[in-house]
Amino acid sequence: MIKLEGISREFQVGDETVHALNQVDLQLTRGDYYSIMGPSGSGKSTLLNILGLLDRPNAGRYWLDDIDTTSLAEEQRAKVRRNKIGFVFQAFHLVPRLTAAENVELPMTLAGIDPHERKQRVHSALEPLGLLDRANHRPDQLSGGQRQRVAIARATIMQPTILLADEPTGNLDKASSRDVIETLELLNSKGLILLVVTHDPEIGRRAKHSIRMEDGAIIDTSGNRP
Amino acid sequence: MRVDDILQFGFRSISGTPSRTWLMLLAMAIGVGSVMVLTALGEGARRYVTSEFSQLGTNLLVVLPGRSETTGGAPPIMGETPRDLTLNDAMALTRNRSIERVAPIAVGSAPVSFRQLEREVNILGSTHDLLPVRQLELSLGKFLPAGDPNRGAAVAVLGSKLKKELFRNHKALGQWIRISDRRFRVIGVLKARGQSLGTDMSDIAVIPVASAQSLFNTTSLFRILVQARSRDSIPQASKAILKTISERHDGEDDVTVITQDAMLSTFDDIFLALTMTVAGIAAISLAVAGILIMNVMLVAVSQRTSEIGLLKALGSPGRQILHLFLMEASLLSLSGAIIGVGVAFGGIWGLEQLFPEFPLSIPIWAFLAAVTVAIGTGLLFGVLPARRAAALDPVTALAGR
Repeated sequence: MIKLEGISREFQVGDETVHALNQVDLQLTRGDYYSIMGPSGSGKSTLLNILGLLDRPNAGRYWLDDIDTTSLAEEQRAKVRRNKIGFVFQAFHLVPRLTAAENVELPMTLAGIDPHERKQRVHSALEPLGLLDRANHRPDQLSGGQRQRVAIARATIMQPTILLADEPTGNLDKASSRDVIETLELLNSKGLILLVVTHDPEIGRRAKHSIRMEDGAIIDTSGNRP
Repeated sequence: MRVDDILQFGFRSISGTPSRTWLMLLAMAIGVGSVMVLTALGEGARRYVTSEFSQLGTNLLVVLPGRSETTGGAPPIMGETPRDLTLNDAMALTRNRSIERVAPIAVGSAPVSFRQLEREVNILGSTHDLLPVRQLELSLGKFLPAGDPNRGAAVAVLGSKLKKELFRNHKALGQWIRISDRRFRVIGVLKARGQSLGTDMSDIAVIPVASAQSLFNTTSLFRILVQARSRDSIPQASKAILKTISERHDGEDDVTVITQDAMLSTFDDIFLALTMTVAGIAAISLAVAGILIMNVMLVAVSQRTSEIGLLKALGSPGRQILHLFLMEASLLSLSGAIIGVGVAFGGIWGLEQLFPEFPLSIPIWAFLAAVTVAIGTGLLFGVLPARRAAALDPVTALAGR
């Protein structure tokens, strides 16, 4: 359960103040699937960063599972981020020296979870994605689609509330894109809130709801499918 | 995060960039290694000099003519014109209870010849007591006979090298040699024993002191060696010598007494200072290695900006990232220190093979100090890059800017 209320974010660029987000309200519940579209500089990434607790708004409140995140200290925000938020990036951001399995394991390693449990959870995360035979390969030995699916496994290994995907198919060909989107949708069908920022209208239309942004504001929210 | 995971993460990231890691290890190893090798050399020099001094004899005091105004161990450089030390002065010292033995020494240089072979060597005039006082050993025959030192017998004891030069492998004992224009019978040969404080004890001839004095036409002595009865009686013996000589020289303090302890402790101090100096110079290379580690860690932080952003996105707090980077820095400096210690021991071993007589050993304090300083600099210089990594803004870091 996610609730944004009057979120604003300003940046100082030279003498000018840029309003990247302007009084944004948003409410997301379990199982929601939203795409966010809009031109460059419309505030999509800023919204994603604020939802991911990577950035702080200048004004407004943000509740995540009934936690008022705007009042949290940095250390606690890191903990919320670790347990409730998953990220998928356009550039995959896999650690190049670690194997696929170790990359998936990384959030649990950082959280200090017992190694035995980590191995089991990595196994059960890679299996449905068909990546078990790739577990001991390093990222440079994987295809783009495989890399992104490893990144998705990593993003969901802590069983987060929300998965934030920033152009997840931006670096992929058509076939791999479909694989990745289907993987994301599979996870969404199990209750995960999925938020995809994309330029690709085809992918945008697949979401249950589409958000259009312009100049730091949500100008339109439409339902795509019944 | 578990400690073993932090360790493994650090290990994986330093082994991920091998050439950079080896360069840093090399710098650290050179720093640690040079501190240890140089202190070992300094310490070796100190021990070498100390052992040279103790070879002189135990509980030794040296009486020199002339009075130095400064106190301490140094021999007089400037002084009043002294009264000569005579054989009778030396004999007078033997009457003191704190003194065990006295060996007067007269020195000169003269040609020594046997048949057609001639050689210019130092002639040492002394008495029977020189043997125990200087802890000399004979390989053949007897030393100078005991008896009245004023009576000079025509006998000589040869150093091992001199014997070899004059007689080759032939029998020397009982042969008559010529020193200057006098004839001496060879009664003994000294055992070979390297250099002793610059005097090659193998290339000399020892003759009775009275014979030497008449040979060089002098009544004065070069110095008097005095052996105290025990270590505790050295100060007492020193006082007694000054008192006796002053009485005999009309109340003038015109001799200098050097105790072996004073010489030893002076040299000890000098060499300790020397060791500390070279260690200090070598420590600069350790500091340089530390700065290099900082430099490379800073590069690592900027190269791994997006990885740090990722760690933050995965919920790693700044403190944890600080720990991760500090762990990397300390792993680097620790392994560098270990390699350096290995290099130092290897280097010392090599030097020992080259110079077997030089006593080399790494003092334990140098070992501990070098390793501690290495790890300390690694950590110290690792803090800045680690803090920079921890303070990175995740959004900017993820964008790879």
